[in-house]
Amino acid sequence: MTGAQIAAKAATQTTVISRRSKKDSRRETGFALIMWGALAFICLAIAVLLLTIVIDGLPRFSMDLFTNQPSKVNPETSGIQSAILGTLYLMVLTAAFVIPIGIATAIYLEEYADSTKWFNRFIELNIQNLASVPSVVYGLLGLAFIVRGPLSLGPTLLAGGITLTLLVLPVVIIVGREAIRAVPPSISEGALALGATKWQTIWRQVLPGSIAGIATGIILALSRAIGETAPLIVIGAAVSPRFNPDGLGSAFTAMPVQIFAYSKDADPQFLELASATILVLMGLLLLMNSIAIYLRNRFEQKW
Amino acid sequence: MPDTTRTAESDPTKTMDEPTGSTSSSSAHEVSPHLEPKPASETPSTETIFDCRNVDVLYSGKLAVAEVTAPLMKREITALIGPSGCGKSTFLRCLNRMNDLIPGAEVRGEIIYHGQDLYAKDVDPVQVRKHIGMVFQKPNPFPKSIYENIAFGPRIVGMKGDMDEIVENALKRASLWDDVKDRLKDNAFGMSGGQQQRLCIARALAVEPDVLLMDEPCSALDPISTNRIEDLMLEIKEQYSIVIVTHNMQQAARVSDKTAFFTVDLSAGESNRVGRLVEHDVTEKIFTQPEDKRTEEYVTGKFG
Repeated sequence: MTGAQIAAKAATQTTVISRRSKKDSRRETGFALIMWGALAFICLAIAVLLLTIVIDGLPRFSMDLFTNQPSKVNPETSGIQSAILGTLYLMVLTAAFVIPIGIATAIYLEEYADSTKWFNRFIELNIQNLASVPSVVYGLLGLAFIVRGPLSLGPTLLAGGITLTLLVLPVVIIVGREAIRAVPPSISEGALALGATKWQTIWRQVLPGSIAGIATGIILALSRAIGETAPLIVIGAAVSPRFNPDGLGSAFTAMPVQIFAYSKDADPQFLELASATILVLMGLLLLMNSIAIYLRNRFEQKW
Repeated sequence: MPDTTRTAESDPTKTMDEPTGSTSSSSAHEVSPHLEPKPASETPSTETIFDCRNVDVLYSGKLAVAEVTAPLMKREITALIGPSGCGKSTFLRCLNRMNDLIPGAEVRGEIIYHGQDLYAKDVDPVQVRKHIGMVFQKPNPFPKSIYENIAFGPRIVGMKGDMDEIVENALKRASLWDDVKDRLKDNAFGMSGGQQQRLCIARALAVEPDVLLMDEPCSALDPISTNRIEDLMLEIKEQYSIVIVTHNMQQAARVSDKTAFFTVDLSAGESNRVGRLVEHDVTEKIFTQPEDKRTEEYVTGKFG
């Protein structure tokens, strides 16, 4: 196009920038509607679920729920004290196992493992895979190796804690590795150049720099652990025990197991109890996730 | 030249087994007439701090830097210059064994430091780095307070004494004390880039090293910060030997006593680039009457 042609064309056009076409605006609106629709659908589903549970459970949401023990025959006086304590003990036990093992493994894989070696790649691949294994499979593993078999601990709190540890360990390792990897190599280099040993560098620079991410991951993993039902049922958690767990070797139940037990019953009063238990469990999960979000926002290192 | 202001006082830290003599004479007889003549036996520049002999660096068996033989002088600033990929940073990282951290890196030859080969079998790289500090291209303060940034090094190497004093002295040596004395507890990430880099220098000095290696320390800084760091280098070279990699030839000319020019050797093909030391001499000579044509082309801006 010559200069004269351009000038001629410009003269015939009133505007340089063409107006937005009708077709484009319709398409934009269409996409927006689809996305709003998807969002609305999810919100509606959650709202219906929550509402049903609150309506069913609220009448039973009282101090009695926390102070009374479960019962299979007297729904009026049933509570979930042993289940609440069981869940809390399981959480503490799982944390006690998963924190040291998970962090140590993450450090090994990020800082020490030579990823060109086949067995290290093999371990990494397996951890990725284990993170997506269905939880009931961990229950069967726990039943065969922990409750019976080599460890033969029986259906005890300790067996439950170990099973849940195995379940969430891959997630903790993966999140831990990501947090460690987020610490820039220049920080490690700076420490090493001052004459720090590898361990001093990890312990005093890399770990403090990644601890917020690791802690967040651990809390989210624990909240997954206390929500698990299938593995605990498979390893033989007690149903409606009228006693609190009193040690590592004690029989136990947990809130999800108790919810399952109550909701199986035909008596509608037990369904109300199940809903009330769900409220308690959801409250606990909400609290834990809030702590995780707080930790991330407050302590996460911006590099 | 900064050299002319230096006092010819005797070296208090002179060690007995210094590999001087033959290696240092090569630079001594080439001292250009522009420099003030110094009594050779008493000036620090006749003592080598690093005597590099046939240093090769290989990555996964592939030669990256070849046959560097150079005596680097005590209490001088030696600048390493050259085009990108010529191996000057790689070579610098040999001097405190930072290359050990790169999987597959291998260093051949000898680097004699206080009579000891840094690459001898029984030498612990961690101990090497306690004596030979390093400042990096991008300021890399730890995500901690200014105070903790300085105190980290002395703590890990187990230095005795009052930590407050150690921190204050290090910050003063890096002429940062007046800027930060009222906010030692503040996070170092809140400092400006130039201050961060001086903090990194202070951090390196806090463990009382003998040598300071600087890998393009000013490339991420503005001219004013650069200027302050250069002044700082000239101040501290009374006590430390400094080796600096720089892309900025004016910087090399301004601060260094000796300059080593590296280049990329492409004779083995584009995929087998090897860095080689072309010329190592008094800075003024390198910039005014270099012996090698490649050096001349580089310093006059004809290539690189």
